[in-house]
Amino acid sequence: MKPPPFDYARPRSLDEALATLAAHGADARPLAGGQSLIPLLSLRLARPSLLVDLSFIPGLASVQAENGTTVLGAMVRQRALERDAQVAQRLPVLAEATRLVGHPPIRNRGTVGGSLAHADPSAEYPALALALDAELVVRSASGERVIPARDFFVDLFTTALAPGELLTAVRIPVPPPGTGWSIQEIARRHGDFALAGATVLLRKASDGTCQHAAIALFGVATRPLRASAAEQALAGRPLTSEAIREAASLAAGWIDEPLSDVHGSAAYRRRMAEVVARRALEEASRRAGA
Amino acid sequence: MATVPITLTVNGQAVRAEVEPRVTLADFLRDELGLTGTKLGCEHGVCGACTVLVDGAAVRSCLILAVQAEGADVLTIEGLAGDGLHPVQEAFWEHHGLQCGFCTPGMVLTAYALLQERPSPSEEEIREALAGNLCRCTGYQNIVVAVRAAAEKLAGAR
Ligand SMILES: Cc1cc2nc3c(=O)[nH]c(=O)nc-3n(C[C@H](O)[C@H](O)[C@H](O)COP(=O)(O)OP(=O)(O)OC[C@H]3O[C@@H](n4cnc5c(N)ncnc54)[C@H](O)[C@@H]3O)c2cc1C
Ligand code: FES
Ligand code: FES
Repeated sequence: MKPPPFDYARPRSLDEALATLAAHGADARPLAGGQSLIPLLSLRLARPSLLVDLSFIPGLASVQAENGTTVLGAMVRQRALERDAQVAQRLPVLAEATRLVGHPPIRNRGTVGGSLAHADPSAEYPALALALDAELVVRSASGERVIPARDFFVDLFTTALAPGELLTAVRIPVPPPGTGWSIQEIARRHGDFALAGATVLLRKASDGTCQHAAIALFGVATRPLRASAAEQALAGRPLTSEAIREAASLAAGWIDEPLSDVHGSAAYRRRMAEVVARRALEEASRRAGA
Repeated sequence: MATVPITLTVNGQAVRAEVEPRVTLADFLRDELGLTGTKLGCEHGVCGACTVLVDGAAVRSCLILAVQAEGADVLTIEGLAGDGLHPVQEAFWEHHGLQCGFCTPGMVLTAYALLQERPSPSEEEIREALAGNLCRCTGYQNIVVAVRAAAEKLAGAR
């Protein structure tokens, strides 16, 4: 189908974009890579009266290193992230996750900020933002605020962003050297949305016990989840296969109401959540230096 | 809704036009410029039939508005061939990489973009690169064979 009519603004600065959004309220929608928004328009699931194109605003597409933090501009294209040397070195889990996002032609256009703001429950980036304790930098005509990832993803396709607000950057604390990592998912084809996915960051103490575990699940509930019970169960324990199996089962049990659709029932998704959580914990544990 | 002026390059030619914001690049290419080699299958990003190159990168032309292509350099299937067929097109022909041909422009341009980046891809890399393009006819095998052959042709020509 074809999109319904709308007006189009092409601001050349962030302030101009924010002023335009402020003037139009909830009728205006930011347009980033368009890889989620344009399908919604074509399917007529969204009917904004104005699209505000962020692609021509300078300064929103950089990847920067600040001490222990990597700062990604909202308009960094997924494909650029996939090829970024700093990301490959400091956040290998993010580089790997990016290769799971759609297909190259989607990633050539799709942006980091668009994926986070869209908040698809099956998307990789929101789960990673949760697992990495990222902070989202948000601007509106009235100023800036910083939202921790754990408060940002509210529900299915719903975030803490208010009309008139733009996500401008994501601040990601770089995990210390020796942190093990993994992202695992089950999808029907490479590049399809995950039916169940898990990402894990893991640190071991010098005696090999688990010092820190972050486990985030995606594709299984209306929003990405941190499996806190499983994380706590691992803390201070040796990372035996027994402990990992138990944690994976706790993670799957942590899902309140699994998603259920034509691609997978709730029971299937809970089972697969356990499988991907176990695989991710095993791989992260192998990669973690003691 | 007000139209918006755009200036872009399509297959090496400068194009100026006034477009409604809701017109996708695919519809602009097909309906305004008459370049109907770009096919529309799903119109929401899942089939790959509408793949074209924008500034050298393969993209879905059904997921870009024409107004977003302001200043861009667009290559469609019509712009790929020189005097004869492009080596990727030749390889599809020689190895039966097509039957009805509907997916072919998107397949050829996706393969072309892959080979620009990875002149000698493994079979797995070819399959991964083409995973976003659906074909209802061939069963994919001969498309993969054609892309391998195209890689060899291009290497030979270099
Ligand atoms: C075939 C296909 C397969 C895909 N597979 C996957 C997959 O496996 N995993 C995955 O994660 N994604 C997948 N995607 C989605 C893709 O990653 C999108 O690029 C992403 O979800 C949205 O990013 P975008 O830049 O295209 O945003 P847009 O589509 O432009 O915008 C998405 C939403 O976010 C809002 N928005 C965008 N930027 C901002 C901002 N800076 N501030 C505030 N609001 C903003 C828009 O108003 C809109 O509501 C797929 C898409 C397609 C078409
Ligand atoms: S028509 Fe564009 S991807 Fe199907
Ligand atoms: S040749 Fe018919 S769809 Fe591919």
